[in-house]
This record gives sequence, structure tokens and C-alpha cells, in this order.
Amino acid sequence: MPIGTPFHERTEEHCKNKDWKDWAGFFTANSYNVVNDFEYFAFRHSAGLIDITPLFKYKITGADSGSFLSRLMTKDISKLRLNQATYCCWCDNRGMVVDDGTVMRLEENEYFVTAADPSYSWFNRFVKTSDVTIEDVTETMCGLAIQGPTSRDILKKMCDADLDNLKFFWTTKAKVDGADFFISRTGYTGDLGYEVWTENENAIKLFDAIWAAGKGYNIRMAGIAALDVARIEAGLVMNGVDYHSSLHALTPAQMSTPYELGLGWTVNLERDSFMGQKALKKEKKEGSKWATVGLDINWPELEEIFNEHNLAPHTAAGAWRDSIPVYHRDDVTRQIGYATSGTWSPAVKKNIAMATIEAAYAKPGTKVNFEVTVEHQRRTVSAIVEKPQFFNPERKRSNPKK
Amino acid sequence: MAKKYDAIIIGGGHNGLICAAYLAKAGKDVLVLEKRHIVGGAAVTEEIYPGFKFSVCSYVVSLFRPHIVRELNLAQHGYDIIPMDSSFQPLHNDVGLCRWGDGARSRREIARFSKHDSEVYGEFGKVMTHMARLAKEVIDHPAPDVASINPKELASLLRMGKVFKNLGPEMLQMNTKLLTMSSADFLDLWFESEVLKGPMAVSGVIGTFLGVRSPGTAYVLLHHYMGELDGAFRSWGFSKGGTGGVSDACASAARSYGVEIRTEVAVSHVKIVNGKAKGVVLANGDEIESKIVISNLDPNRTYLKMIGENNLDADITTEIKRFKMRGSSGKVNFALSGLPQFCKGREGDEYMRGDIAIVPNVDYLEKAYDQAKYGEFSERPFINIVIPSLTDPTLAPPGKHVMSCFVQYAPFDIKEGPEHWPQLSEKFGDAVQATIKEYVPDFDSLVLHRQVVTPWDMQETFGLTEGNIFQGELTLEQLLFQRPIAGYAKYKTPIDGLWMCGSGTHPGGGIMGSGGELSAKTILNDKAI
Ligand SMILES: Cc1cc2nc3c(=O)[nH]c(=O)nc-3n(C[C@H](O)[C@H](O)[C@H](O)COP(=O)(O)OP(=O)(O)OC[C@H]3O[C@@H](n4cnc5c(N)ncnc54)[C@H](O)[C@@H]3O)c2cc1C
Repeated sequence: MPIGTPFHERTEEHCKNKDWKDWAGFFTANSYNVVNDFEYFAFRHSAGLIDITPLFKYKITGADSGSFLSRLMTKDISKLRLNQATYCCWCDNRGMVVDDGTVMRLEENEYFVTAADPSYSWFNRFVKTSDVTIEDVTETMCGLAIQGPTSRDILKKMCDADLDNLKFFWTTKAKVDGADFFISRTGYTGDLGYEVWTENENAIKLFDAIWAAGKGYNIRMAGIAALDVARIEAGLVMNGVDYHSSLHALTPAQMSTPYELGLGWTVNLERDSFMGQKALKKEKKEGSKWATVGLDINWPELEEIFNEHNLAPHTAAGAWRDSIPVYHRDDVTRQIGYATSGTWSPAVKKNIAMATIEAAYAKPGTKVNFEVTVEHQRRTVSAIVEKPQFFNPERKRSNPKK
Repeated sequence: MAKKYDAIIIGGGHNGLICAAYLAKAGKDVLVLEKRHIVGGAAVTEEIYPGFKFSVCSYVVSLFRPHIVRELNLAQHGYDIIPMDSSFQPLHNDVGLCRWGDGARSRREIARFSKHDSEVYGEFGKVMTHMARLAKEVIDHPAPDVASINPKELASLLRMGKVFKNLGPEMLQMNTKLLTMSSADFLDLWFESEVLKGPMAVSGVIGTFLGVRSPGTAYVLLHHYMGELDGAFRSWGFSKGGTGGVSDACASAARSYGVEIRTEVAVSHVKIVNGKAKGVVLANGDEIESKIVISNLDPNRTYLKMIGENNLDADITTEIKRFKMRGSSGKVNFALSGLPQFCKGREGDEYMRGDIAIVPNVDYLEKAYDQAKYGEFSERPFINIVIPSLTDPTLAPPGKHVMSCFVQYAPFDIKEGPEHWPQLSEKFGDAVQATIKEYVPDFDSLVLHRQVVTPWDMQETFGLTEGNIFQGELTLEQLLFQRPIAGYAKYKTPIDGLWMCGSGTHPGGGIMGSGGELSAKTILNDKAI
């Protein structure tokens, strides 16, 4: 039975349609209203507020914490500057991804790590004799993501942090009504946005301050359903949906490497040894078997199939998370991959999907066939392979001009 | 020697910009010349009052073709539409009627007026969406030429025929009704509540000089259900940053393909040598050469000013003069110090986030039309109000709002004579404000600034002849192969090398982009350059 997060008494007031979901043991609103596309649009036009408390959260402290994390993560965390944050993944010694998340350096010797899966024991295995303490703060700290073009203005109004100068993937400390919290310019929507983190006892104070400041800026509560649409447009993979942690995979075929997930950019290969380094070096040299790509699914062809049935075209409302076969462009019996999630993208007006595909077909522009089901019949339409990131507005990384 | 362009486009409306972008994407060297200081034509955002951004003319986007967004990558250039969830109709001594995206919620609202209508409403939407496939087929292709025996023309006729045939006998009958009936009569077939029918009927007469009981006005109702077909799943929306956002995105896309855009350059006429367009002559007398010229202006201006009667056969001149441009609407924009409350009995502001229609019933519309028939603006007009700053806070300072009012009827041919509109402008604004005050008694105290746009202003400032918002009325006899005139419906004109791309061509007015797209594709197909 899930429990409420420290924000529950507020989110419950807003959740008009009682559409709750279990996210890692917490009640999370899947959506807040029957008609919920406005929650998505808040990310793109104003600001959407999401309770992200259920993420697993760890504080890593001690003189060796930096080098410890560098050994664990694909990225060289020792390079991380004070107040800087980074996105990366971590692997087992076969180079297979265990999880992905964000690492933030909050103090000289203090890091904050978020993860999709419980990771305490996995991290702890590598502590050994070094001066490192791992504290699981999942149940004592909480977080809100505020994402969208007006998110900066809202936070500026509710606290005195210097947000005009806070760059993409940096953090800053702030206070609200005497309570400490910190802000990271991170998120899962591919838009301008921040995540704010605090101790549980400050939760309501923080929530109310953001909500009050957001009034003139059209702030809205947003649920997981809306987040899913935004993250697919932004080309961000999801553990448990687009790939499986190697710790949970039952067969090697269910595992993925960072390169296969399109996370090669988070791998710093040439450095002191880290988990999976040997295998990843080999893969880098010999090439990967799979790739993660975006698919632009041909809309007019889909329209045509609906037309044959005398129907207007129709897609599922919101994002989907089913496995759907992807076939060779000339041979619809030859499966070359599978889509793992997708959505109609309101931003780019395309029917898009994220797919795992044989590396040979991963080049942007490659034509493939995609399975669709129309009126109970399975058919195929063509799709073009693209980079997974379909939407990437300038405001995501930019700062106000002085 | 001065540069010679492949194509010069007269007018930087959204259609001109889209046409330019498609041509440049195909490798052509294109120049756009816009008379005003900004591009966009009837789709512009202007800061009329400090801190408040107004969508001066058009204010909502519904039919913009999604394939154009894809083909020109407009999202990367800032094309961004905020959907509207509700339609509210205030009523005296009542909480009014609000229709929502949430079907059950709408049903309960409508049931207060008619149980029967509340149950039929959802069904009506489904049938209309189904039939809108036909309208989509019409809009997304050049108009077929019915008189032609060219196999290509036959193919496009057949394609349309197929959609018709697939509709099935019941739907076909329904379709015939749609094409011939008045919007009020057509809605009578479905609904009984005059309250509900009011705002629904009015969409059939926007931009025409017809009343809701005039035959042929039902067809336009279909357009309101087309958005659903585009995978947008919501028909109407606001462009982020105001309607000019659409034009800016088109301009940015055009520039990315190499289009050159010059503003504050008015074209006097097309340079015609031996019946062929050779370039343009500017208002200052300069000449610029090009292989072809494309006019984004309405048919009246294109034929009578850009070409000139001297270069036209008399019967063509007659036909163009017969093309109906009768402007019938005005626009009043307000900068407000706070949010008006259109209904005391409703909580929050959610019900005002979509559009607010002042049209208490069908008769109200007919009365408003009656006055217009005799050359007066309606004292109690139909007003379509939106407060986009509620959903897009970038339009006004926090807590303050912009409110846009589309008003019908305001006939161009006012009985004093159209040139007297400037003197009547404030009186017209007062009538609109007085109508609003019937619902929002303290409205006056909120007004920081009022901008009145009369049909005369639309002609003089925005270059829309007689202030017709669609560059020519969207009535059946002025659509398809008859837009603007039979024989020249495929973006061509009687002048070799002179083309058209604006709303005065098929498929017509509104922020759709179709004229721009289809004209460019036709020009490229014809290998005109
Ligand atoms: C008040 C009003 C409200 C409307 N509301 C809506 C709405 O809510 N939703 C909707 O979809 N549609 C609406 N419309 C209709 C829609 O705005 C138009 O159909 C559309 O914008 C026309 O685009 P266009 O590119 O075809 O032509 P235009 O926008 O008319 O562009 C023509 C351009 O040519 C320029 N020009 C004129 N003469 C010259 C010259 N001699 N030299 C150089 N340049 C010249 C003009 O300045 C203008 O920029 C509205 C229109 C009006 C007027």
C-alpha cells in the first residue's frame, strides 16, 4: 500500500479526478483533471508543478566521496565543481546499465544523487575502506519539479536565489520563510525548469510559497501522464520503460549499455578505472549492437488507413508504453527493433516514438516500417529514424540577457 | 546590375511567408516585400499600450495545417499553440452555459437548458468530426477544376468523390444539408435550446455579410470540427505571445531557408511587359526584377491595383468586382488592470480561459444582423471575447490582462459612408463596452486602454479591401474552383508569371497557411521557376 508524500495534503486538494498511481511506494497523481492535456501544456507555456518525492535520493559524504562516485558512475564525477550537477548512468562490470540519475555536488565533500530504483545496497558494495558515508534520504527529503517557461519568474518571486545567473545543470541554496531548501536547474521535460529539494518538515511551506508565487504565472499541478509526453518529446529514456536495469533483467537480451541507450555522451572512458570501463572500451571500439532512436511515424499514411475504414485518424490520448515492432523498410516480416514508448507530440505535431533498433538502421533519415493497429487490424506505416530528441527549445539552456 | 530574384512576394502575411519558405526550401531565391513595419498582416502581435501585447486582428488559431508545421519545422522556429478548453456564454440572471473539453461536465451544463440537447451534443460532435474529413480533403489540396478533362484534375475530383462516397448514404444526406442550409436551420435539426444554438450558429457567419438564417452558412460549421482531425485533439488555441507568434515563426523558417524579407516597402504595382510579370514597381518608384511575382493581397487589390484594369479583359474586371468583399466585423482590444468577472456565480477563472461569447440566443444574432442590413453597426452585437493573458502570462504584467473582442456586425458600408468610420470609431467602441457592461457592471473601472479596429482601419492599415477579414467572404459560391474567380482558382492570374497565395485563394481565410503552401507547391509543380 503506497503512502502519501509530504506534499500529499496539497496534491490531494488539487487531484480532482482521483487518478492516483503507485510510484515507488508513494501515491503520485497520474493526472489532476479528467481533461489533462493542459498539464502537459503548462510545461511548454507556463509552469507545471510535479511532486517528484518518490525518486530515490542519497546523500554521499566524506573525504573520498568524489572519487568514490567517479568509480561508480560512467561520468568522471571528480570533475564536478561545487554546486554543479550532472546527468549520468551507472553500470555493472559488464558495462550494462544499472540505473540513471542526477548527481549534484552540494558541498566540497557532499553529493546528492537521485535514482529511479533503490540503490543504497548497490552503492554500498563499493564503499569498502574509503571515507564515504551513504545516507538514504528518500523518506526524509522531498522534492518538487517546477518546469516551463515561467518557472524562473516564479522561483525568483518566492526566494532570493540568483536564478538569472543559475546555469543549466547548476544548483543553488535558498531559503523560504526561514526554511532551507536547494534548487537545481534540472528536470525531465526538456524545457526551462528547476527541481527544488528540502527536508520533509518544510514541504508544505515550500509548496505554498511556490503556489502563491505562481498565481500570476499560470502555474498548474502536473501529473505523471503529462510528464511522460514531455519527456518523450525531449528524448529522455526511462528506466523500466525504455530499458531495464541489469539488476532486474532476467536475460542478457533485456540489458542495455549506455551507448545503446544513446547515453554515450555521459561516458568518460579515458580515466582511472570505473565500473564497466573495460567492457565499454571494448564496445566503443567494436561498435554497439543496438541503438536508441526516435521515430517520426508517417501521419498521412496512418490517416489513409483510417480512411479505408471510413474513420478519422485517431491516436491514444497521451503517451503509451507498449512494445511495438519495428520492421525493415523493404521487408515487413523482418523485425529490426521495437518501440518502447511514444506519443502524439503536441509541440512538433508529429506522431513520435522512442525505439530500440539494430545499430545498422540507426542513422537519422533511415526509413523503417512501424506496426499500427487500426480497427483491430495490424498494419504497417513508414517511419523515419531521427535522434530521440524532437523538441529542444532554446530557453532550456539559456539565461536572461543582461 | 541590380539583382534579379526568382520570385518576389508582395505582402508578408503568414501566407506570403509560408509560400516564400516553401519556394526557398526548394532552392529558389525569394524576396518578400511588406508594406508595414512588421510582418504578419492580419496575424500580428503589437504592443499597443506599454506592457500589453495585443493580437490586433486575428486572435485564435484553429485550422493551421499541421503538415506545414512539420514540413517547415515551425516548432523549432517558435510556433507554439496553447489550447483552449472552454466556451462560455454569459446570460443575464443566470450562471450561463459553459462547454468544456470534459464531456460529462458539458452534458450537465447543457442539461440545465435541455435534457434532450445534453444527450445529443456529444453525438453531434462525433458526426461533425466524421464529416469534417471531407472539409479536410478539400482544404489540403488545390481546388479541382470541374470543367477540365485533364486526367490530373479528374484524379483530384475522384479523390474528393471517394471521400463523399465513403460517407455512406446517411452522412451524404447530412452533407447535402450542410451545404445548402443556414446554420440556424441545420442546428434546429439537432437541438432545441435557443441558448445552446446561439454560440454554435454564429460560427457559420463569421466574416460574412450574412445572418445565421441565411442559406449556405451551415457548411462553415464543419471547420470547427477539423482541428480534431489533425491530431491536435482540440480545435482552438492561442498562439504563444499572441497571434503574431505564428507569423514570426513562419518568417524565421523562411529566413532559415534563405528568404530575404524587407519591411516598410510598399509595392505600387506589378511590372507587366507584353502580358508577362517581370517584377514589381515600388511606391517610391524603384523597380525590382524577378522571374515571377506572387501576390499575398486580396483578389480585389491584386487584380485592380497590382495588375490594373488596363491589363485586364473587361469581363474579368467585372467578375472580380463582383467578388464579395463586404466587411462585417470589427475588433476592440482592451488593456485591463484586473480580471473582469463575467459570472458572479462561478468560482475561479477557469470558465474564462477559453472564449466568451456574448450571444444569449439565436434571435439576438438575427437582430444584430438586421441593423447591419440597413447600414448600422449592431448596438448589441455578437462579441467573441478572449482573455489570452490568463493562459499566457507573457502578454501582460502579472495580475493584469489583455482582452480581445471580435465584434459582428460592423458593416464596412456604414450608411454615413465608409470614410466616416473614423468619426464613428469611438461610438462603436462605446457600444461594445456597454454590451460588456451588461455582464460585467464594473468593467469601466478596469479599462486602462481601448483600441478600436473598424472595418475601415482593416482596409487602411491592414490592406484588407472593405475590411473583409478573410480577403473575401467565405460563402459557397466563393469557394473552391470559384475562389477568387472561375478559371483562375489555381493560384494563377490572367497575367503570365503573376500568382496569388493569400486567403483570397482556395481554400480561403483564417490562419491556415494553406494558400501559401498550395500556391508554392503548384508553382514548383508547374516548373514556373
Ligand atoms: C479582425 C480579424 C480577426 C480575425 N480573426 C481570426 C481568427 O481568430 N482566427 C483565424 O484563423 N483567422 C482570423 N482572421 C482571418 C485571418 O487573420 C486572415 O485570413 C489571415 O491572417 C490572412 O493571411 P494572408 O497571409 O492570406 O493575408 P494578410 O494577412 O492579409 O497579408 C497581406 C499582407 O500584405 C501586406 N500588403 C498589403 N498591401 C501591400 C503592398 N501594396 N505592398 C506590400 N505589402 C502589402 C499587408 O500589410 C499584409 O501584411 C481574422 C482577420 C481579421 C482581420
